Amino acid sequence: MTDQIERHHYDVVVIGAGGSGLRAAIEARTAGKKTAIISKSLFGKAHTVMAEGGCAAAMGNVNSRDSWQVHFRDTMRGGKFLNNWRMAELHAKEAPDRVWELEAWGALFDRTADGKISQRNFGGHEYPRLAHVGDRTGLEMIRTLQQRVVALQQQDAISHGDPEAMIRVFAETTITRLIKDGGRIAGAFGYVRETGGFVLFEAPAVVLATGGIGKSYKVTSNSWEYTGDGHALALLAGATLLNMEFVQLHPTGMIWPPSVKGILVTESVRGDGGVLRNSDGQRFMFNYVPEVFRAQYAETEEEADRWYTDPDHNRRPPELLPRDEVARSINSEVKAGRGTEHGGVFLDIASRRPAEVILRRLPSMYHQFKELADVDITKEPMEVGPTCHYVMGGVEVDPDSQAAKVPGLFAAGEVSGGMHGSNRLGGNSLSDLLVFGRRAGRSAAEYVDAVDGAARPAVRQAAADEAAAEALAPLERSGGENPYEVHSALQQLMTDQVGLIRNEGELQSALAELDKLRARAAQVSVEGGRAYNPGWHLAQDLRNMLLVCDCVAQSALERQESRGGHTREDYPDMSPIWRQVNLVCSLDGDQARLRHQPVAAMRDDLLGLFERSELKKYLTEEELVAGLAGAAATPAQEETH
Amino acid sequence: MGYQAALRVWRGDHGQGELAEYAVAVNDGEVVLDVLHRLQATQANDLAIRWNCKAGKCGSCSMEINGRPRLACMTRMSIFTPEETLTITPLRTFPVIRDLVTDVSFNYAKARQIPSFTPDPAVRPGEFRMQQVDVNRPQEFRKCIECFLCQDTCHVIRDHPENERAFAGPRFLMRIAELEMHPADTADRREIAQDDFGLGYCNITKCCTEVCPEGIKITDNALIPMKERVVGRKYDPLVWLGSRIGRRPRHDTPAAGGTKG
Repeated sequence: MTDQIERHHYDVVVIGAGGSGLRAAIEARTAGKKTAIISKSLFGKAHTVMAEGGCAAAMGNVNSRDSWQVHFRDTMRGGKFLNNWRMAELHAKEAPDRVWELEAWGALFDRTADGKISQRNFGGHEYPRLAHVGDRTGLEMIRTLQQRVVALQQQDAISHGDPEAMIRVFAETTITRLIKDGGRIAGAFGYVRETGGFVLFEAPAVVLATGGIGKSYKVTSNSWEYTGDGHALALLAGATLLNMEFVQLHPTGMIWPPSVKGILVTESVRGDGGVLRNSDGQRFMFNYVPEVFRAQYAETEEEADRWYTDPDHNRRPPELLPRDEVARSINSEVKAGRGTEHGGVFLDIASRRPAEVILRRLPSMYHQFKELADVDITKEPMEVGPTCHYVMGGVEVDPDSQAAKVPGLFAAGEVSGGMHGSNRLGGNSLSDLLVFGRRAGRSAAEYVDAVDGAARPAVRQAAADEAAAEALAPLERSGGENPYEVHSALQQLMTDQVGLIRNEGELQSALAELDKLRARAAQVSVEGGRAYNPGWHLAQDLRNMLLVCDCVAQSALERQESRGGHTREDYPDMSPIWRQVNLVCSLDGDQARLRHQPVAAMRDDLLGLFERSELKKYLTEEELVAGLAGAAATPAQEETH
Repeated sequence: MGYQAALRVWRGDHGQGELAEYAVAVNDGEVVLDVLHRLQATQANDLAIRWNCKAGKCGSCSMEINGRPRLACMTRMSIFTPEETLTITPLRTFPVIRDLVTDVSFNYAKARQIPSFTPDPAVRPGEFRMQQVDVNRPQEFRKCIECFLCQDTCHVIRDHPENERAFAGPRFLMRIAELEMHPADTADRREIAQDDFGLGYCNITKCCTEVCPEGIKITDNALIPMKERVVGRKYDPLVWLGSRIGRRPRHDTPAAGGTKG
């Protein structure tokens, strides 16, 4: 190989510079490890900036009844009990400390009257729980973490004479392969966008923090980077993916004009009083409260409206059901012919709150609709419909350490699986990034300490050369199809056949089509050179998207029930038998394979946090008998963090 | 409805290049970035564009459209007539990497020189108490998406790279103002705002405010109040007297050490 490969040596390489990646890197650097942050975009542009509503943490600033136990319960309900309960427990316990830590690093959240961090209502959360800054919470979070990295670099400039001595950001750099040595992680190979030059990071520990897969869908709220890179890198390195069938469609994306279709309309609109109406003007969500949630949601508009000011004596409005429920309801209304002109429903806050409140609480939404759709949300309703937003499935990890199945590999944030079960609650993502980003960074540092007792794994030159040859292939072919065409066909396929409502026939056809697309992708050719060539970059991303989509479609075909972000019209019910099953994807040669793996039984004290009548809706009779006997013996203890 | 737009797009690298002419289909409701993406997918696969969220939140797709610094994702085609030729060029203040993508590393270097948030070490996480009225102003500055359009348009550096060493640009002078107005910050950046970051170069023409896609009142709310604070610090007679008789030690925070190299 004549090509020069730039080599770097690090202790910990973090792939991804969003919330979880930056939090992991800060932790690894603080533990004294030389840390690289690989950012597919410029520093501070990651998808986390688009998070709007807030960061869920049971600080109890607005309602003192809130606690980690209540947050845990809400998270399990939202995920329809398929969550990795240990992750849900750690998340609920540690989220408040992670939010307070951001404040100590300079974040400026909105305040309560007594000067604490304000918290807002959100779908599925029993109490006001989301720390927020208007509707731009993600921007605040990423900027705070970015500035924390800079603060650490300033310390290193003084102590080491070089700001990048211990933590360095490699901006606009994409990893295409993880490299192993004797079964352990040895490094990561990639290219620098600006030059197209190759770069090799030799490091015993790699943290994947690459986010989601939304760019595989046509209508999505996700940004350019979301091509399932981390999911694919993990699979290719021999790690496993968990429950990839669960893809969240956020109920409220913009639908008009076509060019903005999919852009997110924050759930805060509903948290702050907005309601959904069909073309008959009816608040239809009252017709869609499912049995499992009936006890917690209002039955009349009067009760729902009283809840905003008196939540202790009234039940929640059904507009604040978890996202999967609301997305399906909107879909049903549109299918029944009660949709809007452009095929969505109305989201109305104009008639419900004064203009100045809307402008103060939802400034970005006002701006977004005004600029992009000529709609003044203080005067007229918005037209909204479901948009691909989040993947609950992801890299299978140990709940405490975030370690994947390959030694030296860790995953945190959206790319990891388990935490959110079959459906994520709004606000639980930003907190997930912080809690598990920190844990992954710490575990990676500890792993490096353990490895350093013996010899570090090494990268064979041949492995780097193979990775380079793979990356160059699309540039060296000629006369093939252009990668944009294959990408567009993939997005259409996933949206049409592996979307919100699924069935066996379409999923089988999708799998066959994916095979054909893989063959087409293997033949794409790219014009131009290596320097900042988006066509070439897309050709690399296609491999990842196709691999991940295959896992999504296979898992969706396998799971014969409807739960959270997976709805089968041929199996419309939730099944307690399927709740005991995790679907695990791994790579066998170049084929993704699925296997069933039992879901771990929840610890008795956690089970004891739920009423038996509620557990009956999710668990089998045998689980109930076994679990509740144990729960009676060990009542849920109050723990402080 | 749909029409063919005439585009002149700068193609080239490292300072060499030319405006290439294209005709690209435009549909109802589209923004400039949609049209550039169509051009990229159908006629110029290797056209370099930096973009990310396409929702006005990440500040990546900054470019100059008919000479005006704009975000391509928030510039609707409907503000132009179908007959109008659109000239699309990279940010002029920064070196071109390729086509519409520029090297904005100047901004990250400046960010690293500003002394970070410095809370009172006695306040533990979770113990901060701040009133909304006191955080409103710095929160306005934290709406910044770092698109660097203000940096691009500012005449102090737009055609004067020689000023780049002495002048941080509106974005980073606003960052200093943000930290100075943060209720829990204890550092004092007034002296370095002037001496190290070049606040005095700003002659408040408000060009930065005009191009800010977030509508932040950079000049009125950050730069002018910061200038007033600097003047208050520099010409405070008590501070002057204290320093003359050696009773008042310098307590201004220096620019971050070792970060200028």
